[in-house]
Amino acid sequence: MTTVLNSLKPQALVSTLIPQTREHWINLLLILGLVGAALLAQYLGERFYVNLASRIAIIAMAAVGLNLALGFGGMVSFGHAAFFGLGGYVAGICAYHAFNMNPALGIGFLPEGTNQMLTIWAFTLVLSGLLGLAIGKISLGTSGVYFIMITLAFAQMFYYFGISWPAYGGEDGLPIYLRNELPLIDTNNRLTFFFVAAAMLLISLWLSQRLMGSRFGAALTMARLNPVRLATTGVDPQPIKLMAFVISAMITALAGALYADLNGFVGPNMLSWHFSGELIVIVILGGVGRLYGPLAGAILFVLMETWLGGVTRYWQFWLGLILLGVVLFARGGLLGLLAGRDKDV
Amino acid sequence: MTVALIIEQILNGIQLGTMLFLMASGLTLVFGVMGLINLAHGSFYMAGAFVTAIVAATTGSFWIGLLVGTLAAAAIGVVIEFTIIRRLYDRDHLDQVLATFALILIFSEGTYMIFGSSPMFLSIPQELRGSVNLPLDISYSKYRLAIIGMGIVVAVGLYLLISKTRLGMRIRAGENDREMIGALGVDIKTLYTLVFALGAGLAGLAGSTIGALQSVRVGMGEPVLIMAFVVIVIGGIGSIKGALVGAVLVGVVDTMGRVFLPMTLSNFLPASQAMSIGSSISAMLIYIMMAAILAFKPNGLFGSK
Amino acid sequence: MSEPILRIEQLNKSFGALKATREVSLDLYPGEIHALIGPNGAGKSTLIGQVTGNLMPDSGRIFLAGEDITNRKVAERAQLGLGRSFQISSLAVELSVRRNVMMAIQATQGSSFRFWKPVRSDSALLEPTADILERLGLTERASTLVAELSHGERRLVEMACALALKPRVMLLDEPMAGMGSEGANRMVAFLAELKQEVPILLIEHDMDAVFQLADRVSVLVSGAVLAHGSSDEIRNHPAVREAYLGEETD
Repeated sequence: MTTVLNSLKPQALVSTLIPQTREHWINLLLILGLVGAALLAQYLGERFYVNLASRIAIIAMAAVGLNLALGFGGMVSFGHAAFFGLGGYVAGICAYHAFNMNPALGIGFLPEGTNQMLTIWAFTLVLSGLLGLAIGKISLGTSGVYFIMITLAFAQMFYYFGISWPAYGGEDGLPIYLRNELPLIDTNNRLTFFFVAAAMLLISLWLSQRLMGSRFGAALTMARLNPVRLATTGVDPQPIKLMAFVISAMITALAGALYADLNGFVGPNMLSWHFSGELIVIVILGGVGRLYGPLAGAILFVLMETWLGGVTRYWQFWLGLILLGVVLFARGGLLGLLAGRDKDV
Repeated sequence: MTVALIIEQILNGIQLGTMLFLMASGLTLVFGVMGLINLAHGSFYMAGAFVTAIVAATTGSFWIGLLVGTLAAAAIGVVIEFTIIRRLYDRDHLDQVLATFALILIFSEGTYMIFGSSPMFLSIPQELRGSVNLPLDISYSKYRLAIIGMGIVVAVGLYLLISKTRLGMRIRAGENDREMIGALGVDIKTLYTLVFALGAGLAGLAGSTIGALQSVRVGMGEPVLIMAFVVIVIGGIGSIKGALVGAVLVGVVDTMGRVFLPMTLSNFLPASQAMSIGSSISAMLIYIMMAAILAFKPNGLFGSK
Repeated sequence: MSEPILRIEQLNKSFGALKATREVSLDLYPGEIHALIGPNGAGKSTLIGQVTGNLMPDSGRIFLAGEDITNRKVAERAQLGLGRSFQISSLAVELSVRRNVMMAIQATQGSSFRFWKPVRSDSALLEPTADILERLGLTERASTLVAELSHGERRLVEMACALALKPRVMLLDEPMAGMGSEGANRMVAFLAELKQEVPILLIEHDMDAVFQLADRVSVLVSGAVLAHGSSDEIRNHPAVREAYLGEETD
């Protein structure tokens, strides 16, 4: 009862905005740090680092999507690259047809592509939702190792499809010559684009937070921790998990669309199983099942990639060693290290 | 579309299936006995190929290379099992996926560091070059035929090993009940190491033989690994029989699809479109088959719950 | 007497040559506790498994409030009002006591596809949860993780979750097992009060508790009902004493 009354008082409202635990402080620092770094880089004229901040925000958003399935739903998807790449190809293909002014897929009655991000995002959400539903439905018929391998296999299917479909670049990928546009916002400005990416990241974080705090989130948590219990209370865990998988796919796909626009390019590498693996690594490095874990993981991963990659061509060798160390010895990830144990209620 | 072409492609499919079986049987054994999902299995394939290429180049004998390559892959398997893998048996699948993914990065990048990114070459041994004439006017590569023969020998060998020997009895016991073999007084750690080494050796053997058909390079194990996953998912994880049936099925369907789908489509479509649509669909064929099989049998063809 | 809420008719179940359940008929009326006792291996778990739906009987029927549930699934039986607490702990130990009970309340409201409103300020969940926790004396422990509870406290939380589902019948499988005498006394007092609300089919090893609580007792030996009667009748039943004292050691 006390909780109910407390939540009605004004202090309670304020307290949700001001960080209370160490984890909240760290979350706030991560976001401020990212935005601050982008601003500083812009001020110093370091274009590369502004784009790097955008890259971190987008990769983090893709990982936020995966975290919903992997961290909160306990579904080890090794195929989220399929959704990321799908978003990328939607952006790329729409832009390609808008640029060449010919109908999509070479079929006469289809519209001539678009260079409007909002339309592209809407397409991406619908398509990735449907794809997530199909893959999730088949994969959730199984569990454990089967689930891992099947999601991996489905992503590979799209990878090989992307490679062998010559109309959109095949193995070489598809360039986006002109970055897609938003109403009222100049997406060609580096910093503005960063703010678009950061805003999308924050929205997906906020969405995850609401989702996990809701009844749906409670059911998803129980579906992960004790599915048998959930079933015996009369709630079927499967539709709950499927819904989480679909939302997860949509967030990751949207990040993919942004990523293609950031790079001005989409290629089969966005669909590759290495990327699926890296997304899992990012979620784990940050701290699995923590709301801001993907952001912490993305910062760590992209910085390592940039700096270690600058020192040695073989930076992934060292990434492998670090990852092995984290798995064998430090299971809580970065946020686990910094913020201590996860607190419930 | 002649009968000879069809038979030739079926043989190519079986030859691919043989390779997949060598990979998949190790994966499925390791999963069945130890409950471990090993993404780094493709690294043993690569290791076998590299060692074979080097030894064959130094000694001038493909056969010595093949033997040393297979044994080296098994030996690397023992070392990896001893240092890392055995810490993962009690962990959940996510940890296993991550740790073995890390091993892939270490192996691949490590091989780059030592050998660089240009491929190495391994040639087919003198006595297996050229082709043999089969009935119906079919001429077929000796080497590929030898690979199929080797696959049959390995399959029979595995069958005998598992159904007739003491080691096999322990492996079967381990699949059914881990506690029980502990109670039987079997040294479970040694058993696990042996099984892992067996799987690694088979993967090394596959890599060594394929190295002579394709180039030996970093990352060569990954496409095969993922196809092997499709194989064991179709066959049922843990089932050697499932791995055999799944491997041949995947090998034949994949090979036939790539050749005959574009050909069939060209009857209805312009040649360039038939080629591109055909090759795209055939690239997806085995995955569609996997999805279809799982829709009816979620545990694969021979999987037990 | 009114209609029985739970009726089991001539149930049979074999595993190969072993006849685990033989022609068992039982019933449970509103307001009573019907205890099922028997030595280890008498087939109590098999019988309960058939009532909950985890096992299918070879023959015979099961009725819940007049409705034939013999072919219903576990989740359907739960929704029809068959509550149970498990012999093995089945809570989410990583979550707090409150969270566990809240999930059960949420299940009764059939509302898991609500994506927005935070549960931590949802009075439709918090209030009934608080009521149940108070009834079981768990209010102080509401925010504690289940992993940190004693064995006896976990059983109380399981009971709370089972009650949250507003069952019409409760199946209790050894609710006193592993509890200290103080916890057992608390549970006995609670069950005596609960039966007015929800009739209970009780399986219990603690004979003192059984004879204290049960309105009727059935004795299961080798899969069949050996005797049936009031607590006093059973206590003094010669065949029961022989079957029981002959085999039971604790």
